[in-house]
Amino acid sequence: MISDQSLSETGLSASGAGRVLVIACGALAREILALKAANRWDHIDLTCLPAKLHLYPEKISDAVRDAVAEHRDAYAQILIAYADCGTGGGLEATCKELGVEMIAGPHCYAFFDGNEAFAARAETEITAFYLTDFLVRQFDAFVWRPMGFDRYPELIQTMFGNYDRLIYLAQTDDAALDAKAEDAARRLGLRYERRATGYGDLASALRDFATQTA
Amino acid sequence: MADEDDIILSELNDEELVQQMMDDLYDGLKEEIEEAVEILLERGWTPYDILTKALVAGMTIVGADFRDGILFVPEVLLAANAMKGGMAILKPLLVETGAPRMGKMVIGTVKGDIHDIGKNLVAMMMEGAGFEVVDLGINNAVEAYMEALETEQPDILGMSALLTTTMPYMKTVIDALIEQGKRDDYIVLVGGAPLNEEFGKAIGADAYCRDAAVAVETAKTMVARKHNQMG
Ligand code: B12
Repeated sequence: MISDQSLSETGLSASGAGRVLVIACGALAREILALKAANRWDHIDLTCLPAKLHLYPEKISDAVRDAVAEHRDAYAQILIAYADCGTGGGLEATCKELGVEMIAGPHCYAFFDGNEAFAARAETEITAFYLTDFLVRQFDAFVWRPMGFDRYPELIQTMFGNYDRLIYLAQTDDAALDAKAEDAARRLGLRYERRATGYGDLASALRDFATQTA
Repeated sequence: MADEDDIILSELNDEELVQQMMDDLYDGLKEEIEEAVEILLERGWTPYDILTKALVAGMTIVGADFRDGILFVPEVLLAANAMKGGMAILKPLLVETGAPRMGKMVIGTVKGDIHDIGKNLVAMMMEGAGFEVVDLGINNAVEAYMEALETEQPDILGMSALLTTTMPYMKTVIDALIEQGKRDDYIVLVGGAPLNEEFGKAIGADAYCRDAAVAVETAKTMVARKHNQMG
């Protein structure tokens, strides 16, 4: 059983089964494993970097570079399951240099929603804060504690003063997660909305990789 | 409140007090900062000296430790808040006491982006360094920048972006300036975590600044150069 905490802090090791490898953000592990199982992509192995890198985007490109170097010899092909994630084009440049593909788009909120749909909504949803399944489960570890709200509740207003709603982009139908997301909205003082997105562009990117390497 | 090892600020000599202020700023202790500012004023310090030698110096340490990953966002925010408390006391006095005026800056986060912590920090440190700052807030379209430049006539335009998707908008603003023949009227500084020097050059900014301390130094140098050129 993988725990969300270990996906945040340490990532996930490759299982060794599979000819090709997906190197992903820990925040996408469950989603990728679900797609892999549902589609019987048995030739794909998965390893994840700690999701908490998301708070330090300047470290992502080097972490990906190291992971590619570590696994390159053992696999026929590698896909980087990251979007830009705030590297300012840095990860794209790294992937190009290493000759590996990555997922298109600015971040996981956009590709779960569908990059095009997300961009089209940008203006009307400027005051929205998004959560995904992973972030709902890890809300305390990724938002509440790192932003200091457990120690300094007065900072909620400083950080979220310009926001008016929380939109939960739901990958799965799960009443417990829905309730947890709604609770997160309440704690931040935001209006709650849920949007079922499924796996969005993550599914198509993985499908392309799976067929190419089948 | 006074527990045994509580430090009585008024009993410290100037040097110790300034050191203590830097510690208190680091720990985000707003009330202590306000008290210490009052004490230094009573001791005859100029508001400008208190600002630069205690508050700005202390905040520079906070900035460096944030850059080095020792502090994270909430600690920076609390320190900024403490500094703001001290500045609120000093600001009206600065004008009266004829503190040096370095120049004027219009700053704002670009359209599509509502991250403002870094931008606010830069605005505060620029004020601390003696610049007059007009803060346009978040989500600014070209028109908002243009209008503010027209009415405020600043030396510097500062733009902030934290999202990869909003960075390119800085170029939209700079291109509009070029189109209207106004590009050389302003020093354009850009910043935000996903940017880098190369990007700053590519979009035609005068400089990319990695943090608030660099922004202050860059602004000072460039404003001085601009004034010299105008002779
Ligand atoms: C805090 C934070 C938030 C807070 C913002 C609170 C606020 N009021 O600003 C909250 C939690 C609300 C938030 C929301 C979102 N965020 Co955010 N956020 C961050 C985080 C963790 C830190 C940014 C920060 O404040 N740093 C502290 C300040 C002091 O540093 P700074 O901003 O870099 O500023 C310094 C320098 O850059 C420079 N500087 C900055 N501006 C300027 C301007 C000038 C003129 C100059 C000279 C210098 C300068 O000086 C500053 C001081 O030293 C970053 C990750 C990171 N580590 O950068 C993600 C990050 C920027 N966010 C991100 C995202 C995706 C979002 C959301 C879309 C997430 C969501 N779940 O909905 C929303 C955005 C909504 C919107 N429309 O804007 C991504 C961006 C990814 C991308 N591809 O672009 C990041 C990179 C995290 C990640 N890896 O996913 N975020």
